[in-house]
Amino acid sequence: MKFTLSWLKEHLDTSAGLTEITDALTMLGLELEGVEDRAAALADFTIAHVVEAKPHPNADRLRLCLVDTGQETLQVVCGAPNARTGMKGVFAAAGTYIPGTEMTLKPGNIRGEASNGMLCSERELMLSDDHDGIIDLPADAPVGARYVDYAGLSDPVIDIAITPNRADCLGVRGVARDLAAAGLGTLKPLDTGPVTGDFDSPIRWRLEFAEGREHLCPLVAGRYFRGVKNGPSPKWMQDRLIAVGLRPISALVDITNYVMIDVGRPLHAYDADKVDGDIIIRQAKPGEKYLALNGREYTFDPEMIVIGDQHGPDDLAGIMGGEKTGCGDDTTNMFLEVAVFDETAIAATGRKLNLQSDARYRFERGLDQTSPHWGTELATKLVLEICGGSASTVVVDGPGRPWQRQIPLRHSRIKALCGVDIDAAAARRILADLGFEVTGEGEAMTVAPPPWRGDIDGEADLIEEIVRINGFDKIEAVSMSRPHVIGRPALSPTQRRVRAARRALAHRGMVEALTFSFMPADLAARFGGDDPSLRLVNPISSDLATMRPSILPNLLAAADRNLNHSVGDIALFEVGPQYADDSPEGQATVAAGLRVGDTGPRDWSASSRPADAFDAKADALALLDAMGAPTGNLQVSMDAPDWYHPGRSGSLRLGPNVIAWFGEIHPAVLADLDIKAGAVGCEVFLDRVPLPKAKRGGHGKPMLTPSPFQPVTRDFAFIVDRAVTAESLLRAAKGADKALITAVGLFDEYQGKGIADDKKSLAIWVTLQPQAATLTDDDIAAVSDKIVAAAAKNCDAVLRG
Amino acid sequence: MDALDDIRTRTLAAIDAAADPAALDAVRVAALGKKGDVTGLMKTLGGLDPDARRSFGQAVNQLKDEVSAALDGRRKVLDAAALDQRLMAEKIDVTKPVRPETTGRVHPISRTIDELTAIFAEMGFSVVEGPDIESDFYNFTALNIPDDHPARQEHDTFYLPPDAEGRRKVLRTHTSPVQVRTMEKVTPPIRIIVPGRTFRSDHDATHSPMFHQVEGLVIDKATHMGHLKGCLIDFCRAFFDVDDLPVRFRPSYFPFTEPSAEVDIGCSRGPEGLKIGGGEDWLEILGSGMVHPRVLQNCGIDPNEYQGFAFGMGIERITMLKYGIPDLRPFYDSDLRWLRHYGFLPLHVPTIAGGLNG
Repeated sequence: MKFTLSWLKEHLDTSAGLTEITDALTMLGLELEGVEDRAAALADFTIAHVVEAKPHPNADRLRLCLVDTGQETLQVVCGAPNARTGMKGVFAAAGTYIPGTEMTLKPGNIRGEASNGMLCSERELMLSDDHDGIIDLPADAPVGARYVDYAGLSDPVIDIAITPNRADCLGVRGVARDLAAAGLGTLKPLDTGPVTGDFDSPIRWRLEFAEGREHLCPLVAGRYFRGVKNGPSPKWMQDRLIAVGLRPISALVDITNYVMIDVGRPLHAYDADKVDGDIIIRQAKPGEKYLALNGREYTFDPEMIVIGDQHGPDDLAGIMGGEKTGCGDDTTNMFLEVAVFDETAIAATGRKLNLQSDARYRFERGLDQTSPHWGTELATKLVLEICGGSASTVVVDGPGRPWQRQIPLRHSRIKALCGVDIDAAAARRILADLGFEVTGEGEAMTVAPPPWRGDIDGEADLIEEIVRINGFDKIEAVSMSRPHVIGRPALSPTQRRVRAARRALAHRGMVEALTFSFMPADLAARFGGDDPSLRLVNPISSDLATMRPSILPNLLAAADRNLNHSVGDIALFEVGPQYADDSPEGQATVAAGLRVGDTGPRDWSASSRPADAFDAKADALALLDAMGAPTGNLQVSMDAPDWYHPGRSGSLRLGPNVIAWFGEIHPAVLADLDIKAGAVGCEVFLDRVPLPKAKRGGHGKPMLTPSPFQPVTRDFAFIVDRAVTAESLLRAAKGADKALITAVGLFDEYQGKGIADDKKSLAIWVTLQPQAATLTDDDIAAVSDKIVAAAAKNCDAVLRG
Repeated sequence: MDALDDIRTRTLAAIDAAADPAALDAVRVAALGKKGDVTGLMKTLGGLDPDARRSFGQAVNQLKDEVSAALDGRRKVLDAAALDQRLMAEKIDVTKPVRPETTGRVHPISRTIDELTAIFAEMGFSVVEGPDIESDFYNFTALNIPDDHPARQEHDTFYLPPDAEGRRKVLRTHTSPVQVRTMEKVTPPIRIIVPGRTFRSDHDATHSPMFHQVEGLVIDKATHMGHLKGCLIDFCRAFFDVDDLPVRFRPSYFPFTEPSAEVDIGCSRGPEGLKIGGGEDWLEILGSGMVHPRVLQNCGIDPNEYQGFAFGMGIERITMLKYGIPDLRPFYDSDLRWLRHYGFLPLHVPTIAGGLNG
């Protein structure tokens, strides 16, 4: 919302300065977006008289101008084609900063002739793009005066942001009212008294809505103006409209725009001679069209409110008038429309047609329901004053929408809700200044909001008004009470272990990325996703089209981008959501890790190597460990989904639940993404990891009873079928004597010479830890036999000879 | 006795002269071996009378001990020399770099969430989360944003396809739906923060289609707007680590709060760029207000009994301001150069006890 300081002062009697006003606006919730003070930038430009303009002796296109600045007469070299003897122009003396060229003017010599200043174009003053010639002022322009004062540019333009609830401040008067209530002056009276009509309007309103749809236009008023003279509007009006960014068109149109900005009341002016009979307001019929004032044609649907005569609609209610019946320079009879419409319908129509206008902006936020009455009178005075002619009696249709309401207000609630003491008299004064009527006292006040405050519908709204005008800065800050002297954990066990997972991966050298929750549909499909229910209806681009079924593809895309700037040896991870469907349960928290290339840079120890499935498995296990998962109970199966290498990937399971997948990324997936390096990844489903059972009786750990007897380690080498997994052999060995065997490990895997083609050798170590007595050779032999037997039974393993 | 002295002199000299363990052993054999000089002296004892045998025997034993001790001493010297020699041969270039081990980084957003969690935990808040895909009811209606409300249009909502009944889910445009989900489930008092992903269909230099917010909600019987101010001032000063940080509350509008306030922090813009604190300028960092009675009602909480405040803050924004990160877009680019530069060490966990600042 833009307005000028002088415009504000039309409504506000104030001695406050510009800064005081703009600061107050922000603290009233009318946030200052900017102040454009053109007077400051153009203060040094003055009006000058070109006493004589004659050809430059050394240049065909230049002229030597003798310029009377009001103080002295100077020679100026000028290149403008319109520079001529006797004209009045805008002069900048040497030393003046020229905004359009961003340069400070110096006295100079142009082709051998002295030039002491400049005659300026509009572009040099940043007033327009016009650079065809210098500014050509009327003959009566006062020589020596400041151009900004003469041109009406010295009025600072204030731009404020209006929140959606403050429709009343979409007019200068509403802003003035807030400032007056806050103590920055007095609201001047507004003359909306009736203007007596001279004749009966030949045009009448006809509200033709189906039963039950009358609310779409509850009230419309209008008036016929006969014998008006349409032409340019007065300069003061044009100046203000230009200052707020509106283009002056003609007096009748400018008046409607002026009233809209002035009091927030959009109007429409029909050329009455282009209207045939009465004006009808109704819902559109399917397929009806009109040519809007913006030059574009729009097709209506029955949800839209249209206005027109018996030949059809020519106005989209509350949004934009039509070309056919609009006012032109030759308009002599005008019919004025001042209506209120259903806010929701206007908003929906505007959205559907993607048609924005200053009128729509105001209508969809809600107008004063009584404004057809006073708006008509206000506009009438301006039309008669500026365009002459005579006005008919006012024609009205519609019962209007009830807007009066009584809201109870308890004085004690101001302090209770906002923590600030405002005495009852001050509260009443604030409400009265804002136009509210207050009856009753103390805890039994009743407040009737004014018709322009449709946003107020409860006690909390009233309290907000009182506290807002009183000033939020008057509310004393109070630190939060502490319910417990020692704070309680803010994180649940589930949340805490998600954080542990993140830090575990980062500690393993991986870098945390955050990628979008969406991804391209084809990529999602490759990773088991692209459920139709998860495809965005309005994606920003096809790259962000569907909710991700897995984090890995986004990490792969990130790896690819990094490879493209030659950042190799990538280890990225993300802990975040993935989506199986659109329900809350369909969202899972997953930690995904991705390693591309080598485990580290080349180095003298040759310790770096291409990352492999075991790195991905180690990543998964490390973060599960950090989360406190029972990693000892995990089982590994070789059945990861098809975005992994089918022979180099696996699942980690706890009982029937898959907790994680890991392995090499399928080469075909990498090829699709054009990733040239090998990649391994893991996906760990954090929600599926069981939480440890709540401990009863405190946090004590079970007693440690270290054995006093020496542990013994024995090695075994078994020949097994190639298909036999290492895990099954280790598990068999470990289970051979649960009391004695405390640890097992694989230390060699061999296939090749000396071993049958379909077999392999697995060498394991087994640690025996006696609890009761030192192991004898016989004890050890007995356990060894059990291990060999278990390996034979479970894995068809035979001891290697 | 001459023979004994002679053997002593000769043997001890030989021990001293032994240059390596083998030479020393030859000396030992020559002295103490079966045919050794000292052993030979022992063999002469039998032919002596008892008195002479006793005194000579003592002398020979003493010699034997003397020689043994000398052998031990020399062996230690030789061993030490041999070890020194070996160790010198084993010399390595310890200036070589260690085997590569990299430490990863925690993303600045995760870091900020941990920091603000630590601060709000101190004020009695706990962390709650909610789904990214929301119903229209939780994202809008329950928060007093009816259909066709102008505020709804400003949300730039991402929509999912309508279901059989024509209801369409949305990607939550703010973390506020979790207010509603919490109030539906929990009887006050409530003090929660809700960090999480949020989505708006806007993509330019200062907007990302996905970003993070943290929501705050306090509901009880006594919390008023002064507490809102206190809570947020305390937060801002702790988070930005500026004890006298100016914090300004401006009236604003959100459909789900009444009164509503936007919160600015003081800053100055100088030749070194933006500085948080002091100065004459303001930076808007969050929106807040007293929870609208209708929202309480929508959640089954009696607004005549309970009241409280809510706030919502962009996590990217406060992260950028605190850590001097100039641009929003790289947050989601996963550029390792950026992540390593602006990311945080994993073991540097922000805590009240250990400090909050990276």
